Amino acid sequence: MSAVRPDYVRPIDFRHGRVDMTHGAGGRATAQLVEELFVDAFDNAWLRTRNDGARIDVPPGRMVIATDSHVVSPLFFPGGDIGCLAVHGTINDVAMSGARPLYLAATFVLEEGFPLADLRRIVTSMAAASRAAGVPVVTGDTKVVEQGKGDGVFITTTGVGVVPDGVDIAGDRARPGDAILVSGSIGDHGVAIMSLRENLTFETTIESDTAALHELVAAMVAAAPGIHCLRDPTRGGFATTLNEIARQSGCGMVIRERELPIKAQVKAACEFLGLDPLYVANEGKLVAIVPPHDAKHVLAAMRAHPLGTDAAIVGEVVDDPHGFVQMETAFGGRRNVDWLTGEQLPRIC
Amino acid sequence: MKYIDEFRDGAIAQRLSAAIAIEARAERRYHLMEFCGGHTHAISRYGISDLLPDNVRMIHGPGCPVCVLPIGRIDNAIELGKRRGMIVATYADTMRVPASNGLSLQKAKAQGADIRMVYSSADALRIARDNPGREIVFFAIGFETTTPPTAVAIRRAAELGLTNFSVFCNHVLTPAAIANILESPEVRELGTIPLDGFIGPAHVSTVIGTQPYEYFAEEYQRPVVVAGFEPLDVMQAILMLVRQLNDGRAEVENEFTRAVTRDGNTKAKALVAEVFELRRSFEWRGLGEVPYSALRIKETYRAFDAEERYGIEYRSVADNRACECGAILRGVKRPTDCKLFGTVCTPENPMGSCMVSSEGACAAHYAYGRFKDR
Repeated sequence: MSAVRPDYVRPIDFRHGRVDMTHGAGGRATAQLVEELFVDAFDNAWLRTRNDGARIDVPPGRMVIATDSHVVSPLFFPGGDIGCLAVHGTINDVAMSGARPLYLAATFVLEEGFPLADLRRIVTSMAAASRAAGVPVVTGDTKVVEQGKGDGVFITTTGVGVVPDGVDIAGDRARPGDAILVSGSIGDHGVAIMSLRENLTFETTIESDTAALHELVAAMVAAAPGIHCLRDPTRGGFATTLNEIARQSGCGMVIRERELPIKAQVKAACEFLGLDPLYVANEGKLVAIVPPHDAKHVLAAMRAHPLGTDAAIVGEVVDDPHGFVQMETAFGGRRNVDWLTGEQLPRIC
Repeated sequence: MKYIDEFRDGAIAQRLSAAIAIEARAERRYHLMEFCGGHTHAISRYGISDLLPDNVRMIHGPGCPVCVLPIGRIDNAIELGKRRGMIVATYADTMRVPASNGLSLQKAKAQGADIRMVYSSADALRIARDNPGREIVFFAIGFETTTPPTAVAIRRAAELGLTNFSVFCNHVLTPAAIANILESPEVRELGTIPLDGFIGPAHVSTVIGTQPYEYFAEEYQRPVVVAGFEPLDVMQAILMLVRQLNDGRAEVENEFTRAVTRDGNTKAKALVAEVFELRRSFEWRGLGEVPYSALRIKETYRAFDAEERYGIEYRSVADNRACECGAILRGVKRPTDCKLFGTVCTPENPMGSCMVSSEGACAAHYAYGRFKDR
């Protein structure tokens, strides 16, 4: 008689195995991958029910829903990987309306042949990020595409959250006189990614700033519930975010180059590559537009939080029907800070 | 940032600004052309015009390699890119230049042409080595700064015996273009564009030196100051030009003594001379056919000349009739004089080449100076 148990299933070989088409076919192989990888890593009551959807309790208030696809290349970069980025990115999108993020859903599009070891590394990092943020991944989906039809792995995450009463944060609420704040140094994520691109490779100790900002937002809202706008300056960078808000709100902005927090290494890398750090992506920073009387309180709350120690007031919203964002240069002149033109760097997040 | 911030110091800028204001004589005007797009970009980006008195005016010159490339040459590159199995490698700015039939290299890429953006000629060479079964053409553009690296790539390809690599050469020459502007009827006879002096690009002179400007400073009696690209370099050069004009001098002066000499980089010049020779004539956007203003690959390296290898035939294509790029490149008009500027012609949808590269006069004004036009 065989010594093997009748219900024995040989575990997935996460050391040498690779994603194949059966992992997305919906049969036993899919179920095994979900079981041994996703449920194991994200482990929570909702996933353990094995239902197609997660039934969640909703506290009273206005709900916020946000979704974000992640196609970053390379998948692993200094300071993070696509897994934690996918958690942080969506939590931040939910948090930018002042909401408390509650739940995440995740979809993986895997390419046939992708090493399972890398997939496990990504999922482990994602689970750690979700646990650290206190926002569980409660449902998900996995699909596999043939080799050459994807690029390793794409992750889409969707998040829901609830906005506390009395908070009304939106991109069209900036008013002349409001202060413009930024939570820390600009351009770190983009430079970290660029340092690894095949035709650019350069050495740097700059790491991606990828981080979940919802607790920073909660501290800011607690200090001043009347914050007008919040936005995380990801693709297109700080400059593009300011232009978006200026257009939505129908006003102009003036920022001061001297006040902008930019790391010397980021400046140097941008100088070398011919880029402007104002347009380089961030994944753990936010821009806040705050009524003038609240600016100091919000700044103090930001600086008291570990993700806002380098926060600064960098400019003001002004009355301008043309919606120009202008900058007083450190050199002593004044210039436009326009929208990003074209594509500075593809697949940054 | 060490060695950079020193050249962007606002306090020194104020002092230079005051010196220019004092030395520029109230009774005369100073029309200075910065030849190079890199200077145009610096002037707009740092707001240098704000620091100059009203009687010192900067005129943007044609020194932007992407801007002066005529449509027909881009059409040639697109035709190459559409050939089966061909890879065209090129610098980023070239990708967006509008060509015939609403195309650009970027749009041709979206239609399936294998067009790749590279940061150097060495990258193009690497693509050729990595793809032995494909033919690679490096679409080479630029002034004297990018010419030596192209020469290196061609020589290296010869050493390696690469048979799948060639260069579509569009390298052009700075002194020839400046002389052409000074010969133009607007400057010479009509006097519609007063041009009192030139700022020459330092990076070009790190290669060719300052010597090539001596002839026309003398011949046309116009001072030239070769200057670096940091904002203080530009302001210092403006002050030096104002002083020369006040003294009635027309000399070639070197502001960028930290890297430029009279003779330049003799090794690079020898390399360029080994690989390239003068073209009898080359069409520039804005300037038209300019004699002896561009380079082609020498007979010795003919195997690497894409024009020979693929029998490329150049056809001149007229610009959009409303587009003022030509006049803007000659310094006759300003970007805001063009009806298309900021309306149908924007950096997202450029009609003319001056709106494409960040060094183009229109793109620089659109990105940095537009708020002043209200």
